[in-house]
Amino acid sequence: MSDFALWVIAPYLALTVFVVGHVWRWRTDQFGWTTRTTQVLESRLLRLGSPLFHLGAFMAIGGHVLGLLVPKSWTEAVGVSEHLYHLVAVTAGTIAGVMVVAGLGLLLARRFTNGRVRRTTTRMDKVLFTVLGAVIFFGMAETVGVNLFGGGYDYRETVAVWFRGIFYFQPEPDLMAGAPLVYQLHTLSAWVLIALWPFTRLVHVWSAPIAYLWRPYVVYRRRAPAPRSVAR
Amino acid sequence: MRVMAQMAMVMNLDKCIGCHTCSVTCKQTWTNRDGVEYVWFNNVETKPGIGYPKRYEDQDRWRGGWTLDRRGRLKLRAGGRIKRLVNLFANPDLPTLDDYYEPATYDYDTLISAPAQEHTPVARPKSMITGEDMAITWGANWEDDLGGAPQHAPSDPNMKDLADKVKMEFEQTFMFHLPRICEHCINPACVSACPSGAMYKREEDGIVLVDQDRCRGWRACVSSCPYKKVYVNHKTGKAEKCTFCFPRIEAGQPTVCGETCVGRLRYIGLVLYDADAVTEAASVPDPRDLLEAQKKVFLDPNDPRVVAAARAAGIHDDWIEAARMSPVYRLAIDYGVALPLHPEYRTMPMVWYIPPLSPVMDAVTGRGADPDDADEVFHAITDLRIPIEYLAELFTAGDTEVVAGVLMKLSAMRHHMRSRTIDGTPAAGVLDAVGMTAAEVEDMYRLLAIAKYEDRYVIPAAHKEDAAALEALADGCSLDGDGGPGMTGFHMEGNASGKRADGRVGLPLFVRKG
Ligand code: SF4
Ligand code: SF4
Repeated sequence: MSDFALWVIAPYLALTVFVVGHVWRWRTDQFGWTTRTTQVLESRLLRLGSPLFHLGAFMAIGGHVLGLLVPKSWTEAVGVSEHLYHLVAVTAGTIAGVMVVAGLGLLLARRFTNGRVRRTTTRMDKVLFTVLGAVIFFGMAETVGVNLFGGGYDYRETVAVWFRGIFYFQPEPDLMAGAPLVYQLHTLSAWVLIALWPFTRLVHVWSAPIAYLWRPYVVYRRRAPAPRSVAR
Repeated sequence: MRVMAQMAMVMNLDKCIGCHTCSVTCKQTWTNRDGVEYVWFNNVETKPGIGYPKRYEDQDRWRGGWTLDRRGRLKLRAGGRIKRLVNLFANPDLPTLDDYYEPATYDYDTLISAPAQEHTPVARPKSMITGEDMAITWGANWEDDLGGAPQHAPSDPNMKDLADKVKMEFEQTFMFHLPRICEHCINPACVSACPSGAMYKREEDGIVLVDQDRCRGWRACVSSCPYKKVYVNHKTGKAEKCTFCFPRIEAGQPTVCGETCVGRLRYIGLVLYDADAVTEAASVPDPRDLLEAQKKVFLDPNDPRVVAAARAAGIHDDWIEAARMSPVYRLAIDYGVALPLHPEYRTMPMVWYIPPLSPVMDAVTGRGADPDDADEVFHAITDLRIPIEYLAELFTAGDTEVVAGVLMKLSAMRHHMRSRTIDGTPAAGVLDAVGMTAAEVEDMYRLLAIAKYEDRYVIPAAHKEDAAALEALADGCSLDGDGGPGMTGFHMEGNASGKRADGRVGLPLFVRKG
């Protein structure tokens, strides 16, 4: 029963909060939808920590897409052996993990030692850092502890299958229930992060300004809608 | 030809007494809030000096404005689009609070709440950012009236290319004040740098604004503005900038800085320009040609073809009429005495300056000559490398001839008026030297010296019939939120009662709570 709650109810709950929360936040709080940048208060450490963290995070997200969404049969079909996959995943994963840990470490050290930045820290920020820290900690425990130095664990047979099942509404909680504890903890803390997401500064991720690449430089806007009598 | 109207300003620097009234009234109106304590939409600098933020004119460091790429096309100095997206995570060109200054207050409370004690209690300076004790070592006008100039002024970026460095000894120096607001550029680098498209130039009046609801805090605008007139609100994490007091402008009133200017040196009016010609004009290869190129972008509001095109573009007749009477157009084009600040940034700034004659007069006096003698002054203008070269660095990308020409006109105007008033007959020859007629010079004199309110400010009110947006002012707008620049909002009274006899709308001002 508790397996069902943890591996079926919790994910759907988190996803619902994620979606509904975003809709609510987008519609009611455009003014608060920002990176909440503090670079103007402290720039030296940020210029080291922030690119490290973000680049590491992009790599980690890419790795998760590969590991969770691409079925094992596909990679095998294109001739990637389990050994090769494992090698690449562990290497890239470790590099990404180290970058994320170093970057976030720098950013947190900056945030809590620099008085200017510390004062801008909200309670929600602290909750977010805790959860994010937990997700990263368990993630590192998997990659480094289990797969690099430990015996290894093929999550693509279990965790990934269960994860994909969520999205076509056939989650198999047993697959998760049998996974090692760190995998369970990483997954659970990640759901908490997903549920928190819309209420934190993380929303800035969805505003990644890709359209800037093709937009005309100068943006003009009318103060008022164009008067009907005048052709524009 | 695509005609657009642009609100613009000219400041007559000879008349600025450096009183900072404009800065203070602007601050009270727009930036007296948490998160923008250090922000001055209007600030007044003493030149020579490093300015606010420190050395903001050093574009090798801050990479503001535009340059030309190898093929001669305009490119943001901060780099191409991809590079700038990569730099979103940490902007290498962003000034930090220390480049502005750490805002401080005093804990006045101890003065009245300290217990009885042997020594008089003192109010200590406290940082408004951290609340900690601090030593105040810099401010927005720290070098006011050349205070500390022997140490600081030599690092004024405008001195870099001067052959003879200005000597900061008391007898040999010169100074003037430079009030600055956002330039509401025709080719704004800030808007072009904004990754979210939150910044925009209003089609109706060219005012450049930040949409507070769409700003995501990428802070690219802050570094890309070469004049450093976009700021980060460190509380909201959003960019804020000088709004040209658009709620007042829409009501036909001058900006707060203009309205309260003690020297009565600010002029506000419309300029019509051809939006299709901007890019080409901003890309002329030689920076010294930028002034002429920008002037060519302006359209003559008396030309019937321009009027027809303006009408076709939806510009109302009263606006075209206002453009015709615009003091800005008269000063910049008809008399040719106003110059843009740092045209070499290629943003086509729209706050122009009449360069000050006073540094030259100081120099004439310093040489023991008679500043009332037209010949002496003309000689000084052509002979003196300092301060003409310095002024040229500011206003003409280093072209001393243009600055000298303007100063000649100003000096000719003085001598003409002096001889006419005191001797009863205008001195011959003085005006010929600058190619102006007596009538022109006297008109210019009226505009510059008498400077009647209605001549200084020719501001057509916004059109209500196509301005549903004006309603938003009365009914709370997005800027009124906590930390929003409109938190202490303007409030429009019913339009009937608010109309004044001269047709402008009165704006009763009060602070709305909550
Ligand atoms: S001066 Fe004003 S309009 Fe021009 S780039 Fe700076 S902020 Fe933008
Ligand atoms: S109020 Fe006018 S005179 Fe005083 S500093 Fe400002 S611009 Fe100069």
